[in-house]
Amino acid sequence: MIELLEKFTAGFGPAGEESQITSIIRDEIEEFSDEVRTDNLGNLIALKRGSGDKKIMLAAHMDEIGIMITHVDDDGFLRFTPIGGVNPGILRHKNFVFADGTLGTVGVEKLDSIKDLKLEKLFLDIGAADKKEAEQQVKVGDSAVYQKSFYSTSSRIIANSLDDRAGCALLAGLLRNLEMPAHDIYFVFTSQEEVGTRGAGTAAYGIEPDLALAVDVTGTGDTPEAHTMDVKLGKGAAIKVMDRGSISHPGIKNLLVKLAEQAEIPYQYEVLEFGATDARAIQLSRSGVPSGTLSIPCRYIHSPAEMLDISDFKACAGLLQEFVSSKELKEIIKNN
Amino acid sequence: MLLEKLSNARAVSGREKEVRELLREEIKDNVDRLKTDVMGNLIAVKGPDKPGPRVMLAAHMDEVGLMISEITSDGLLKFKPVGGFDKRILVSKKVSIGEKNISGVIGAKAIHLQKKSERDKPLDYDNLYIDIGAKNKENAEKLVSPGDMAAFTTEFKKISSHRALGKAFDDRVGCSLLAELTEYSYDYPIYFVFTVQEEVGLRGAGQAAYWLKPDLALVLEGTSAADVPENKEFRYSTTLGKGPALTVRDRTIVVNKKLLQELIATAEEHDIPYQFRRTTAGGNDAGVINITGEGIPAAVISLPCRYIHSPVSLLDLTDYANMKKLVYNYLLAIKRKEF
Repeated sequence: MIELLEKFTAGFGPAGEESQITSIIRDEIEEFSDEVRTDNLGNLIALKRGSGDKKIMLAAHMDEIGIMITHVDDDGFLRFTPIGGVNPGILRHKNFVFADGTLGTVGVEKLDSIKDLKLEKLFLDIGAADKKEAEQQVKVGDSAVYQKSFYSTSSRIIANSLDDRAGCALLAGLLRNLEMPAHDIYFVFTSQEEVGTRGAGTAAYGIEPDLALAVDVTGTGDTPEAHTMDVKLGKGAAIKVMDRGSISHPGIKNLLVKLAEQAEIPYQYEVLEFGATDARAIQLSRSGVPSGTLSIPCRYIHSPAEMLDISDFKACAGLLQEFVSSKELKEIIKNN
Repeated sequence: MLLEKLSNARAVSGREKEVRELLREEIKDNVDRLKTDVMGNLIAVKGPDKPGPRVMLAAHMDEVGLMISEITSDGLLKFKPVGGFDKRILVSKKVSIGEKNISGVIGAKAIHLQKKSERDKPLDYDNLYIDIGAKNKENAEKLVSPGDMAAFTTEFKKISSHRALGKAFDDRVGCSLLAELTEYSYDYPIYFVFTVQEEVGLRGAGQAAYWLKPDLALVLEGTSAADVPENKEFRYSTTLGKGPALTVRDRTIVVNKKLLQELIATAEEHDIPYQFRRTTAGGNDAGVINITGEGIPAAVISLPCRYIHSPVSLLDLTDYANMKKLVYNYLLAIKRKEF
C-alpha cells in the first residue's frame, strides 16, 4: 500500500485537471473491478459487486491544490492565482511543476514587512529570458502543483499531496484485495474536492448510494503551540464526528468505533473546526445519503511536505476493510 | 438596438418581469416553445425533437439593485443592497422604484453637516436613504411599499464610434446575444435560458438545468474589465476591445477542457480575437449548471465591461460583435461533433 501511495503522490492533478492522476489510479485498479467509468466532472468510478442489494459509496479525492497562471510579463515572469486553499505565506521559494514537467520557483517582490506578503507580491520564475521564451513553455490558464517529493522513514512519510492521495491509496488497496463484499461497493476517486467538493456531488447523484464513507486526511493538534485539536499523529485512525461541512451520521460513526474496538484497531475521535470532506456533498445528494468520514491524521496539510504516520495509515486500511465487510451496514440503512 | 432596450429595462434580482416580457416579445416568433418556470426563468427552445446533442445557452436577466426596507416618518426610504455593491458609489444617484416607476434620489447628510470622522469613511447603508419627494410617511406609502425594488436609471448611450455606456450590462449583454441567436436555425435541440437571481447566489440556473438535463451548456456573461489606471497589467481581469473573454476557472467552476479547446479552435479558425479571463474571482450560472445532476459540461464566454455592479458600465461594441460571431460559429460547429 505504501508503494501505491508513492505512485499516487507522484501524479499531477490540480482540481479540474485530474486526467493524469486518473490514468495512474485506473491502471492500478481496472483489473480488479467489475466496472470502471469516468463521468462529466472527471470522477473515476470503479464498481466491485457484492452479494447484497445495497450500494455503498467510498470516496477519496484525486485532486490536489495548486496554482493557475494568469499573466506572463515582458521579462518572462508569471503571475498566478490559487487553486484551492493555498496559503501565500508558505509559497515563497517553493517549486512548482506543470503537467508537462516544466518547473518553476516562486519569487517575491521587495517587501517592507513580512505582513505585506500577499499573493499579488509573488510570481513564478521558470527561468525564461523573456515573454516569448516563457510562452513557449507555459500559457495563461495552465496550472501547476508543488514539485513532487516522497520521503519515508520506518514510521512516517513526508510527501506532497497526501491530501488526499493517501485516501486514494487506501481505496485502491482495498479494491485490489476485496473478495465478494457484502454489498456493491463503489470506489469513487473524486474530482474538484479542493475547490468545493464538486465531483463527489455529481458522482453521488449518478450512483444513488444507500450509504457513503469519505476517506480523507485531517489536521492534528500535536505540534508546538498548535491550534487545539484532539487528533495526534500515531494514535490511530480518526473517526470524524463533524467538521464545517458535515455532521457524520451517528450510525456510521458508532459502527466505525465498534468495529475498531472489536478488531483492536487504534482509533481516535475527530472534530475539525475548519475544512470539509466529500461527505458534505454526498450527504446532501438527492433526498440525502447517510454519510461519514474516516480520516488519516496528517500534519502540514496543503504544504509541499505533508506528514503522516504509517501505523495510522494501516489502522485506517484495517478499519476500512472491517467497514465494507460489516453486516451492520444494512441495519444503518434500514433504520435511516 | 436590442441591447439598448434591455439595458434601459429594469430587473433587480427577484423582480425580472420587465426584462422577461421584453425578451418574450422579442423572441417569441423565432422559437418553437416558450415557458416561464416556477423560479421565473424564461426558457425557449428551437427544434426540441431534432436528434443530436441538447444544447443549453444561458444568460441572467437580473441586475444588482436596492430593496426598500422601511419608510421613515419623514417619508424617506431606507434600503438594503440586492447583490454585490461598492457602497461608495450610491450617494446622489437617481433610482426608479417598484412597478409604478417612482423616481427618487439616494440622499445623505450634506457634506457641511458631516463630522470629519464621517467624511473620512464611505457612507454606509445606515447613513443613506432614498428621497422620492414625499412630504411624510403617509404620502410615501401611497407610492412605494417595503419590499419594492429600486434600480438605477442610466440611459444607454453610444459615446464613440464603438463604445457605449449604460446600466446592467452584466448581464443584459448575454440576454441580448441570446435573443439575437434565436434568429438562426440549428441542427439540434437548442434551449435559450434567461435566468433569474444570479446576482444573489446563482439561484435560477440550477432548476432550469435540472429540468432540461442538457448535454452541454454555454453561459454568456458580462464580466469586469480592470484595464484602468493605477492597476498593474498583471491584475487586469480582462481588457476592453480585445475580444470576448474565455474562462478557464473561477470561484465556482473549472471549465470543461474539451469545450474550452473547441471555443479556442473556433476563434482561431474564424480569426476572432479572444482573451482569457485572467482572474479566478467571481462566479456565475455555469458553476451551478456544471454540478447539476450527474454533471453537465459547461463553458463561460464573457464580454468585458468596465465598472460593472455600478449605475453605469462601459463596453466595446466590437467586442459584442466578436462575441456573437464566436458563439454563433461555435454553435454551427457543434453539428459536426459527437456528444
